[in-house]
Formats: sequence, C-alpha cells, structure tokens
Amino acid sequence: MPEKSDLPQGTLDLLILKVVALGAVHGYAIAQRLEQVSRGVVQVPQGSLYPALHRLENRGLLAADWEETESGREAKFYRLTRKGRTQLETEAASWQRLIEAVGLVLKLSEGGAK
Amino acid sequence: MTWWQRLWRRRKMEEQLEKELRFHLDQHASELIAQGHSPNEAQRQARLALGGPEQVKEKCRDARGTRWLEDLLQDTRYALRTFRQKPGFTAIALLLLALGIGATTVMFAVVNSVLLRPLSYPEPDRLVTLRVFTEQIGELWGFSNLDFGDAKRESLTLALAAWTYGGGTISEPGEAEYVNGRQISAELFSTLGISPVQGRAFRPDEDRPGAAPVAIISYGLWQRDFGGEPSAIGKSLVYDGKPYTVVGIAPVGFQLDGEADVFTPLEPRQNTDPRMQNRRARFLRVLGRLRPGFGLAEGRAELALIARHLAEEYPKSNTGLSMIAYPLQKELVGDVGSTLWLLLYAVGLVLLITCVNVASLLLARAVSRERELAMRVALGAGRSRLARQCLTESAILGLGGGVLGVVLAFVSIHPFVAFWPGSLPRAQEVHLDWRVLVFAVGASLLSGLLFGLAPALRVPVRGVEQMLRAGARSIAGSSRRLHSAFVISEIALAVVLLVSAGMLGHTLLALSSLDPGFNVHDVIAARFALSPATLGNPEQVREAWQDVLDRARRVPGVDSVTLADIIPMREGENSLPYWTTATPPPPNHEPVALASCVSPDYLKVMGIPLRQGRFFNEHDRIGSEPVVVIDENLAQHAFGTKDAVGKRIWIPAMSPSPVLIVGIVGHVRHWGLAGDDQSRVRDQMYYPFAQVPSPLLHFFSSIMSIAARTTIPPLKVVQPLGQQLRGAAGDQVLYEIRTMEQLVSASLARQRFLLLLFGIFAGLALLLACIGIYGVLAYLTGQRVPEFGVRIALGASARDVMRLVLRQSLGMIFAGVGVGILAALAAGRLLMHTVDGMRPTEPSTFAIMIPLLVAAALFASFLPARRASRIDPMSALRQE
Repeated sequence: MPEKSDLPQGTLDLLILKVVALGAVHGYAIAQRLEQVSRGVVQVPQGSLYPALHRLENRGLLAADWEETESGREAKFYRLTRKGRTQLETEAASWQRLIEAVGLVLKLSEGGAK
Repeated sequence: MTWWQRLWRRRKMEEQLEKELRFHLDQHASELIAQGHSPNEAQRQARLALGGPEQVKEKCRDARGTRWLEDLLQDTRYALRTFRQKPGFTAIALLLLALGIGATTVMFAVVNSVLLRPLSYPEPDRLVTLRVFTEQIGELWGFSNLDFGDAKRESLTLALAAWTYGGGTISEPGEAEYVNGRQISAELFSTLGISPVQGRAFRPDEDRPGAAPVAIISYGLWQRDFGGEPSAIGKSLVYDGKPYTVVGIAPVGFQLDGEADVFTPLEPRQNTDPRMQNRRARFLRVLGRLRPGFGLAEGRAELALIARHLAEEYPKSNTGLSMIAYPLQKELVGDVGSTLWLLLYAVGLVLLITCVNVASLLLARAVSRERELAMRVALGAGRSRLARQCLTESAILGLGGGVLGVVLAFVSIHPFVAFWPGSLPRAQEVHLDWRVLVFAVGASLLSGLLFGLAPALRVPVRGVEQMLRAGARSIAGSSRRLHSAFVISEIALAVVLLVSAGMLGHTLLALSSLDPGFNVHDVIAARFALSPATLGNPEQVREAWQDVLDRARRVPGVDSVTLADIIPMREGENSLPYWTTATPPPPNHEPVALASCVSPDYLKVMGIPLRQGRFFNEHDRIGSEPVVVIDENLAQHAFGTKDAVGKRIWIPAMSPSPVLIVGIVGHVRHWGLAGDDQSRVRDQMYYPFAQVPSPLLHFFSSIMSIAARTTIPPLKVVQPLGQQLRGAAGDQVLYEIRTMEQLVSASLARQRFLLLLFGIFAGLALLLACIGIYGVLAYLTGQRVPEFGVRIALGASARDVMRLVLRQSLGMIFAGVGVGILAALAAGRLLMHTVDGMRPTEPSTFAIMIPLLVAAALFASFLPARRASRIDPMSALRQE
C-alpha cells in the first residue's frame, strides 16, 4: 500500500466537483470514489467532506436532491449545476497549468540552474 | 434558497444533515461488515473515519453562511433564558444601565438641540451677529444707531438689521397689560429669512421718522387679544399710549433674545429717544446675513475697514472702536455651552461607573460559569463563538437598558429644561430627535460592548482539562486582578465626581457668605412705566414721579421708597466714562463707571452704608449744582484715597461742567455675588434723578424701577402697591417684580444648579462604587471560603480573617483614591475655567470627601469580611 498524502489546500473542492460531474452521487460514494480513483494515495478527510459539500451547495456550484439508492434508502444526491461546470473547467485548467509549471521547474537539472 | 429561506427551514435542514451523516455511517459500516468486521467494530471504525459527528455538523452549519444570524438568534434566546433565571441580577443591571443611559441621553439631547443643531432659519450658517470692541470696556453687544446706519449703508458683504428693547402697556384691546416689545429695523425679518404667518413684514417707508405707526404682534398675543382671527390684520392696538395698526403676525415661537409680544419699527423712535442721534449711546443689537459669494473672513475685513473710516470721521466717539462679526448660533448660545459640555462629561462619568459595575457583575457570573464554558469548549465550541455569545448577552442587556433609558429621558427632559436656572437658550427647541436616538442606541451598544468584553475575554482556551477537573471553587489570579481593576476605576471615578461636587459646594458657601454690599432683606423692586398720558412737559413728568413716590410711601408696610434706573444683580446696566482732570484723556481711553440714577431714599431702601459726606436730598434738583455720590472703589481708583468728598469729576454724559462729589458709599456687588470680582467695570457712581436734564426725562421715564423697603414680608405689599399706583387711567402696572433676596439668590443660580447636579451625580457614583465594592468582595471572599476554612482550622481568629479581607479591600480603595486624586485635580481646573468665582481645589475638599468615600467603601467591605470571619472551618473544608 503506497503512502497516503494529504490534499493540498483548496484541491478538495476541485476533486469533489470532478467526481460529481460524472453523475449524481451521494456523499459516501464521493468519498469512496476519490479514494479508489487516486488508488488510495489521496487521503480524503471524511470530516471535511461534508462541510465542503455544503459549502459548494451554498455557493450554487452543486445542487442536491433526496433520492432512493439501489438498496432502497433515501440519500442526498449531489449534481453539478451550470455554474459548477464552468467553475470546474476554469479550476481544472488552472490546476493543469500549475502542474505543468511546477513540473518544468522540477525538471531543471542542477547544473542548468546556475 | 435565499438566506432567509435557509433560516426559516432550519429545523428541516438539521434533520436532513442528521440523515445524511447517518446514511454515510451506515453505508460505511455495512461495507466493513461485508469485509468481515463485527457490527460493533464496524460502527466504531466508521465513526472514527468520519470524525466526531457533532464537530462535522458544526462545520456543516458554518458552511451554510447564515451561521452568524442563527447564532445570534440562538444566543439571544439563550441570553433571555438566563436573564429570566436570574431576575434579580437582570433587574439591577437594567436599572443601573437605564439610569446611566437615561441621564446621558437627556444631557446629549440638550447639547444636541442647543449647541449642535443649526438654527431654524434658512441658511443659518450665513447669519452673524455684530459686536463692537473698545479697549476701555472690552467687547460690547451694542451699536449706536448712527454707526449701525453707516455700516448698513456701506457694507457690500453683509445685509444688516438691528433691534433694541422696548415694551409698554397694551391698553386696548383687552385688559391693560404690560408686555415686552422690540423695536426692529425694517429688514430684520428678511435678513433672518422668515416672514410673518399672517400679514407682512415692515416696509422700508414705515421705518422712518414720522411714518404712520404700525406693529407686528407675536403669535401668542394674536391668540390672546385677537382670538387668532385673520381679521386682526389692520386692527388697532393701543400700545404705550399710542394707536398702532397691526400689519403682521410673527411665527410661533419667534424670539430674538427673550420673548416679546409687540414689534415696532425702529426709526420713528427718533422723536422721543435722544440716544438715536448719539454715537456714544450703544444700545442696538445688530445681526447680519452674509451676501451670496462672501464668507465670514471677508465680512470681518470689511467691517474693520468701515470701523476705521468711522473712527477717522468721528474721532470723538469712535476712536479705537472696532466692529466684529460672530456666527449667530454661537452668540445665541453664549456661555451655556461650557456648562452643557461639563454636565455631559459628568454624566458620562456616571455612565462609565455604571458600565464598570455591570461589568463586574457579569464577570463574577462568567467566572462561576467557567466550568460550563470549559465543558462547551471540550464539546467543540470555538473560542470566538463563545466570546460572541458573551457579547450578545451584554449587548442585549445594554440595549434593554438603553430602551428603558430612552423612556426615562423622554419623561424627564422637559422637567429638566424647565429646571435650568434662568432661561436656557433655544429651550423651546429641545426634544428627542433621531440623532438623540442614534446616540442612545450607540451609547447602549458601546456600554454593552464595554462591560461584556471582560467576561468574553475570559473564555478559556487552554487547560480546559484542568479546569474541568478542578473544583468549582478554584479561581484564576487574572480574574482577581481584573476585579480589583474594576473597583479601582470605580473609586477613581467616584473621587472625581465627589471632589468636583465638593469644590462646587465650597465655592457656593464662600460666595453666599460674601457681603453683597447692601441689605438684601425686606426689599422689593419692580419695573414701572408712567401712564403715557402724564408724559407731557418735563414739569408734569417730575410731578408724576413725585406723586408715585408719595403714594407708594403711604402703602401700609412700606418703610421707604426710591426710584432707580438700574437695580443691583438685575439685568441692565449703564456705564459712563469719567475723568478727574480738566484735560480729558484720549477718546475711548477714559475710565468707566457704572452709573445709577436714583432718588434720595435709595441708600435707605438698599441699606448701603454711607462712608463719608452725604447722600442726595430734595435740594439736589434741576437748576442746582450737579452732584454725584461715588463708591469707595471709584474713590480709590480715581483719587487714590477714600477721602474724595468735595472733589470734582468730569462726566460728560451728565453735565459739560465738572460735577461735585458730595458723598462716598460702600461698594455694591452689582454683577452678582459670583460675577462681581470678574467684571470689568466695578467702579460705581450715583446721580440724582431730579437732576436728569429735561430732554432726557421722557426716555428715563421708560426705564425707571421702583424699590421699596418694607416692614412686613416684601411680597405682601405687591398687591396694595400695584393698586395704589395704577393711576387715573388704570394703565400703570408693576412688572418684573423681584425681592432683592430673589435677585441675590438668582445671581448664584448657575453655581447652585451645577452643585445640585454634581451632588446627585456624586451621590450616585458613591452608591454605585459601594455596590461595586460590595459585589466584588462578596464574590472574592466567596471564592476564598476553603482557604479561610484552612486558616481558621490552623488557628487564625475571626479577627485575623476579617483583617485579611479588609486589607484586600483597602488596597483597592487606596489605589482608586490615588488615581482619583490626580484625575480630580485635572477636573478641578476644567471647573475653574467654566464657573464664575470657582475656588481652586483646596486640600480641605479632599480632606472631607476622601474620608467620606473611604468610610463608605469600608462599610461596603465590612459585610463580606464579617461573613468570611464566621466561616465554620469544618463545612468550608468539606466543600472542597
């Protein structure tokens, strides 16, 4: 099992938006999926998942409905709103740029930096 | 969902939050069970993974964004519940705050109406009042008519208007009644920017000698004598023996300087008043409005120029004379401003003491709630959240006190204004407006914040565990220090107020015991106007006055009677220049003395001691040698000796030739017991009414007063005297009737009023400080019960314990007194600048006031101390 690392500040929102973008989903499933997709590298602090969901809902990036799951229980399902989609796109793009830039800096050979 | 919907559906959202988290836990647990964990173990792991459900919920609630409002509602409900649980504490705190905020609001309302709110004329900031200044007398409010005319004609920056006092008997319509009047220049209404409510203002052609007599009457007189009928315009009014046509009704409450009922044009006065043509007779009040495009500085510069021209043209009267313009508002308010601010500061101190008191009450409660707070921190409440709750509680308390205070202010403001000594300028405008309400709300919230801060800052952060583990009786040192700081500041504030009150009391005592220079008992004085019918030739006038004196003397209970143009300590004065050598000093550099025109019995009526020579008798009349009597001050100043009888002085206003001094009398405190030492003109002289030149008799007849010494209580002769003097036509009335005792007492009204208010404030401060000390000590000793128990068990006597407690309180008391003395010295300087005749802070004041305070404070600490000394060691130790 690889070592788990903490999420950088502010990336949790981006990850939640991405997961929800794939289809309406409830909170527990979001936590599951994040952990699976990141192959257990990303440690999702469950304690901060729900406040983050509520905050995003409050800002109008997510919408929520109560629906039945396959097991017949009611759960709160989150969907991405149009505003949320735009937000996801801009944030994903800026994240991409950041990664590339950080990558470039890290690729510098030590001699080249002089 | 908008924020208020979210707020509205709070309960539902709480349920959904609960449901959502439960679903999460169940899902997680069932998955773990599927992986082979036991159900109990699965649930435990799921909960661990999520973190404490309550903490997660709190964070979710925070994410909603309406958190602050929810909290506010919750805190409010919580606060109201705690207040209901402790009705005694709540009632005391509310009462204290209501008193403090109410008193402060009343003072602010008065300050706001009198000093801050602009005058109720259009563009009030462009209105100015004009004064003249001479080196010899200093600043004078009066202009001579000729100077006013020249300034009005020449000024480009200012539109000027003038008025002077008048008054007379209205004999028709209605009962004969003496009313105050003003003679005004035609432009006065337009300069102020107001117009009569009915009819019109004066036209320029009516403000000329020989114009048909017209009058504007006050709204009050219109209602009284004309029944408020619009047909009053054009009707006739017999005023001062002459028929006037009413052309206008002044607006409600219109007043220039005190109320008046009849306004007549100024210039027609030329016919009867010789002062109108005399540049040295400065009796007109002048106000102006800056013309568009000009500022006060330009107006002042131009006035200086005009005054210089006049001085060149009329060196005899105008040398060294300058003219100055001041904003009208400042002028109207006069020196009331300093008194008002002083009272506002004093009342602010009382409010501060109140706040400190409530703060120490709240703090005591907060300390006893420390465990509760620690428990809540342990359960996940944030520090700021708890601090906010403390502040909400105190803000509610503050606002509650504020509401009660505003009610209190609303009820008491008019009695307070009526209670003001003399007349408070703009008193009719005093009321509570939005500004006052904003002030009251601000003061309440600020007080709430002030007294809520200490408990809020005590919310525990660290060491929650120890706090929970420790017994309820433990107490942190910082709280004890804070409590001591409260007591110290309360005592210091009380010292300031007590010493100020003591200084005022001391001053009042010292002033009251001053010799006024005359016998104040059993003397009555009243203004009196002869019937216009008798004002024919000078002989007739003299006879009429003689007749008045004879009739008055026959009234039972009257011992002696005199005429006088000015009465000591009453408004009104007449200063005349004089000199003692044949060559006059340069114009406007002559010495000046207060001149009274009296009849021979004046000395007897007033009981003024004759030092040398004689007073007037019936041989001093028109045609005989002009004589004066001077007071000892003038003798000393003019001749350097008290032996001046037989010398002569030049008094150009009385006679072109030098006047013989026939007697010297004692000095009279004309300017009041408090004001006389500070006044610029303190020399006095008297001249006989019988020697007033014939052309001036008519004018003098309109300003004379009657004074009588009585053998019975003076107010008892008022009625028969009035009957006796009514005259053939029944139109001669006595008015402004005062006993000399009343006038003397009124001259100290300001000092007495301040003393009374400061006395009340100081008493209140003392009481509050004692309550504060009692509360704090009771609380602190309560906290130390186990300690005392141990001490007693180890052999300390009741005395030792008492000494321990009293030593603690003495420490606080003396620290407070020390700080208070320094502050009181500063406050004393402020008082000396504000109040006439104020004595500097004297050690004796401290010597009386501070033991009083220490005694009261010790008394307040005695009860807790005794209680501590009677602790039963066994039960005290068992408590721990």
